Amino acid sequence: MSQFSTQIQESLLSQFADSKYELDIYKEHNFTFSVTDIHAAMAYLKSEGFIFLTDLTGSHYPENPGAEFQVVYHIHNLSENVRFRLKVNLSQDNMHIPTVTDLFSSANWMERETFDFFGILFDGHPNLSRILNVDDMDYHPMKKEYALEDETRVDKDDTFFGR
Amino acid sequence: MVKIVGAPEGIEGQGFFATSFDKVIGMARANSLWPLPFATSCCGIEFMATMGANYDLARFGSERMSFSPRQSDLLIVAGTISKKLGPVLKQVYDQMAEPKWVLSVGACASSGGIFDTYSVLQGIDHVIPVDVYVPGCPPRPEQIIEGILKIQELARNESLRRRDSPEYRKMLESYNIQ
Amino acid sequence: MSELELQNKNAVLASTETIDGEIATLNLGPTHPATHGIFQNILQIDGERILSAEQTVGYIHRAFEKLSERLHYKQITPINDRLNYCSSPINNIGWHMTVEKLIGAEMPKRVDYMRVIVMELARIADHLVCNSVIGVDTGALTGFTYMFQEREKIYDIYEEICGARLTTNLGRIGGFDRDFNKEFISKLRAFLKEFPKKFDEFGALLERNRIFMDRTIGAGPISAERALNYSFAGPNLRAAGVDYDVRVMKPYSSYEDFDFNIPVGNDGDTYDRFMVRQQEIRESLKIITQALENMPEGDYHADIPSFYLPPKEDVYSSMEALIYHFKIVMGETPIPKGEVYHSVEGGNGELGYYLVSDGGRTPYRLHFRRPCFIYYQAYPEMIKGSLLSDAILTLSSLNVIAGELDA
Repeated sequence: MSQFSTQIQESLLSQFADSKYELDIYKEHNFTFSVTDIHAAMAYLKSEGFIFLTDLTGSHYPENPGAEFQVVYHIHNLSENVRFRLKVNLSQDNMHIPTVTDLFSSANWMERETFDFFGILFDGHPNLSRILNVDDMDYHPMKKEYALEDETRVDKDDTFFGR
Repeated sequence: MVKIVGAPEGIEGQGFFATSFDKVIGMARANSLWPLPFATSCCGIEFMATMGANYDLARFGSERMSFSPRQSDLLIVAGTISKKLGPVLKQVYDQMAEPKWVLSVGACASSGGIFDTYSVLQGIDHVIPVDVYVPGCPPRPEQIIEGILKIQELARNESLRRRDSPEYRKMLESYNIQ
Repeated sequence: MSELELQNKNAVLASTETIDGEIATLNLGPTHPATHGIFQNILQIDGERILSAEQTVGYIHRAFEKLSERLHYKQITPINDRLNYCSSPINNIGWHMTVEKLIGAEMPKRVDYMRVIVMELARIADHLVCNSVIGVDTGALTGFTYMFQEREKIYDIYEEICGARLTTNLGRIGGFDRDFNKEFISKLRAFLKEFPKKFDEFGALLERNRIFMDRTIGAGPISAERALNYSFAGPNLRAAGVDYDVRVMKPYSSYEDFDFNIPVGNDGDTYDRFMVRQQEIRESLKIITQALENMPEGDYHADIPSFYLPPKEDVYSSMEALIYHFKIVMGETPIPKGEVYHSVEGGNGELGYYLVSDGGRTPYRLHFRRPCFIYYQAYPEMIKGSLLSDAILTLSSLNVIAGELDA
């Protein structure tokens, strides 16, 4: 834990009342923010030198009521060599979260991919449409309730596959 | 000693050579197949290696890789075809002129391969008729060459009327191809 | 001229003016000889100048992330190969390192050095493809034929360690399944002796070639600040002037023991990307030579019996080995709960794995941070205002591998 990361961590926790912090056993910094704070937190981090958005993705935890979906951001400060992981929990009744495309242009497609897979809606995104799947697909495949295989397949006999 | 293709059987004389049309045309078609490499993923790189100097595919007549369907005979589908790409593949197949053959290279093109998922077409024979399947993930260049040799055998022995026959038309209709 | 003729003449002039100002729509792809991969760009062009581009990807989406939730940890290695299939060992080893980070396993030094040799060979193979293809797109087909011959030699070396040519499925969680044998070392030494000369010939063909330089200098430039905003990584970012390399920022697999430089460009155009990759091949050769000279003695795998298959003779003679073998094959490995992010320097940049495990047989969530997917977004901005042929060159110099783009 360098001095710089401690300083940024304390500043973030003091600025945003709902935020949480954990340093896990892999020495990675994990922050949790609420939906309303995330854009301001990312803007603050960008101003502090975290100019590289490494990754943006989502996860589905159906066993957590009220926090079924999670958007995970990995952000990197190249000059101080510090990496943070930011998480935002979303309930399945309200899947809206503000976009960070205005701060990081690379978030454009990453948010589209997260929308395509989980159905998480990014408010303010210039073009929130499906990117990897076919455009007329009517479900979001990475959610846990959907199977991996194509449901409409008729030529596969499940008895041979032990299912 | 380079082995070149011999003349077909026929009656030879001073200044003339008599044989049947389908032998000559079969020989010409088989030894000058111009492929259209529809290379999508990893099998595409193995196909490029087959085209390279070590496993030279040009020896078998496939010197010119045509990327225009109108000017090619053989559609080599190498790599995974997803459901999004299926209509594109069908359109490319439709644009080819008869006679045309299809070689499906790799496990993904033949049957979906290791990707039994919601987005992968489980075999291109769901959309277009296939002549030869080459299994492997990815197949070695020697296997791809064997696939091409089998297509050559098909082309050499094909009857000239096959493409107009009712059985062929019935097969095309089963794929919704006019 | 009569009134009617004058009116007609003006009408013709007016219609000519609108024809001159017409914008054409050109569909580049998805199957196109120049786009090496399956992606579609619908370009709006005015004459030969490009005004805008609309991209469609996902033509080879194979649902890797959903598939990984079904497969055991060791079964995910062959899936990884198919990400950036021009340099599959890097993907495999990156995945193994992610799992080793999750379980907290330390690798012996020998494993690290062996991994470094294989990864650098893969990086050379990947850059060879990209650079020869840039040559092909400018019309220089000779370099392609010669460099693919060199790739065959790299394939021969891979076959000694893992048995496969392209999609290698190399190594194990915990190291390798076999040590480097005599053939591997002799093939590697022969490669290190012969390849630099052939590579210098390829360089002499293109690096200071007047036509090549005229074609590629100024084609598809991007500034360092825009590149960082688009989260570029790898040779594309280094060509823009930022020396970010995961091997140096967060060294893994004993990269800190090696002495190598990071080549950096100036303008971020196609020529800089080509030259950065050329230099990186030379640096990789240096790293492989150092690793081979200083290879430490030791085990070729870590001592983690719950994850690493025991040797077959032990399985048939000892009870613990039999039980471990059974458990590992059935997927009952003691993976702890947790989440981890690990990244390696792939051929195209930072290849990251975000793994969430709930203690079960298969990952709960596995996400691949794919560099191609992220930097390909910048393509319309890079080609805006340039000529159509420059756009083709920019696309091939970005080294977009379709498998990594869509996953």
